[in-house]
Amino acid sequence: MQALTNRVKVLEQKPMTLLERMYLPNIAKGMAITFGHMFKKRPTINYPEQKRPFSPVFRGLHILNRDEEGKERCTACGLCAVACPAEAITMEAAERKTDEEHLYREEKYAARYEINMLRCIFCGLCEEACPKDAIYLTETFAPANYTRQSFIYGKPDLLIPDPKTQPDAFAQAQGKLEAHKANMKAKNEQ
Amino acid sequence: MILAFDTLLFLEKFILIVVVILAALGIALYTTFAERKVAGIIQDRRGPNRAGPFGLLQPLADGIKMIMKEEIIPLTSNKWLFILGPNLAMITAMMTSAVIPWGNKVELFGRVIDLQIADINIGVLYIFGVVSMGVYGIMIGGWASNNKFSLLAAIRGASQIISYELAMGLSLIALLMYTGSLSMKTIVEQQMSTGVWNFFVQPLGFLLFIVCAFAECNRTPFDLPEAENELNFGYHQEYSSMKLGFYLFAEYINMIISSAVMATLYFGGYDIPFVNEAALSASWGVNIVAVLGTLTLLAKIVFFLFVFMWVRWTIPRFRYDQLMDLGWKKMIPLALINMLITGAVILWLNK
Repeated sequence: MQALTNRVKVLEQKPMTLLERMYLPNIAKGMAITFGHMFKKRPTINYPEQKRPFSPVFRGLHILNRDEEGKERCTACGLCAVACPAEAITMEAAERKTDEEHLYREEKYAARYEINMLRCIFCGLCEEACPKDAIYLTETFAPANYTRQSFIYGKPDLLIPDPKTQPDAFAQAQGKLEAHKANMKAKNEQ
Repeated sequence: MILAFDTLLFLEKFILIVVVILAALGIALYTTFAERKVAGIIQDRRGPNRAGPFGLLQPLADGIKMIMKEEIIPLTSNKWLFILGPNLAMITAMMTSAVIPWGNKVELFGRVIDLQIADINIGVLYIFGVVSMGVYGIMIGGWASNNKFSLLAAIRGASQIISYELAMGLSLIALLMYTGSLSMKTIVEQQMSTGVWNFFVQPLGFLLFIVCAFAECNRTPFDLPEAENELNFGYHQEYSSMKLGFYLFAEYINMIISSAVMATLYFGGYDIPFVNEAALSASWGVNIVAVLGTLTLLAKIVFFLFVFMWVRWTIPRFRYDQLMDLGWKKMIPLALINMLITGAVILWLNK
């Protein structure tokens, strides 16, 4: 039969030579290979104690950002919810009272802000849509849980620590945030 | 005639049996661990390392899991035989340890104690007899399960073991022609006195023997009776809890015993290489040398156990027709030729 293409590769199937039929030389060869593997470096790491570093553009759980004085940046404009392709974000806006000026940066704020982590696809479009620098994706991921309800993260789960009451925790989160921002900036400039 | 009953001898043998059985169980326990560790290391993984330091408590965790599991006896199975199967496998695996000389004599409380449970003059034949009983464990277990996969695996296992027992026996005949004795102790003492291990006299015989030992223990590349991906676990598919544990454990004990037999018959048993034991006993005392000898035998056993695992993680399983082809058309003729050559050489040397 004529070959349809010129990419046909004819495999020669010769009968085995005496050496091959004796099995043992080849078994010895195979055993030498497996023995050699005993001294190779192992790629496995002891996971919970050791962790691999994330890639610089890793997109993990969201946080809601605060400014330097600890005021929430989010104004509940809803752009993130609009941008979200998975429709994972819901929010309720509220008006800031006069005695709440130390809590919220602008006159409007999110009274309720929820992200369903089971719906979220961690695309980062909310982060890009946000005009107020209020939402960022961090380098952590949602821990396993038993109920679906527990994957709906509310404001207490999402807000980053207050710089006034928990300066260390805030700095830590901020440090990661700054590195993340720098990475995103570098990525955008490319 | 009244048979003299030596209470002390009875006690001494009883203690020896208990020690050997417990040691065999302990080593088998840790062989399961070593198997997983070796598998991990060969495959560039780490192996179990969570339970205890270096994962050393892993076999205990496995054992507790085995015991705690639900014990199921299938409704349509033959209940008695179903229970008998794993017990038979375990008992036959243990019984072989009786004739293996675990060390030289020790002197305790003014008595000379042999570190061998029974020095019978048909030691090798006894091992063969007991080992071939082992096939009943597989056969009965597989048949009593009333499951076609189990039955198929049991038949496969039985025919495999019978085929390879033949080659194993023939390969040993050549060795026995050379040693002229069936007693394990005498074979070891001969090797000690000449200083030449039987392996160097009978390399082909040893090769045939080790291949047959793999087949007898149902180890890869001959693990057809329990071929996981063809027969879903073979003859012990219906077994659960400790009855399954007995089957798995019997396999490891078989491995230990066949390692011990190989070490004894071909690698000098408790002979410490390059050392004259008799001279050493005179200066250090009999007991220390006997202990060292036993440790040497253990080291040899551990080495063979490692070879068992090493081969398992290297070679894929044979196909059934290849297995039979190898057994009947290659192993048996080779063993026969080996036997003929050995016989001819011995005759020629004696002339």
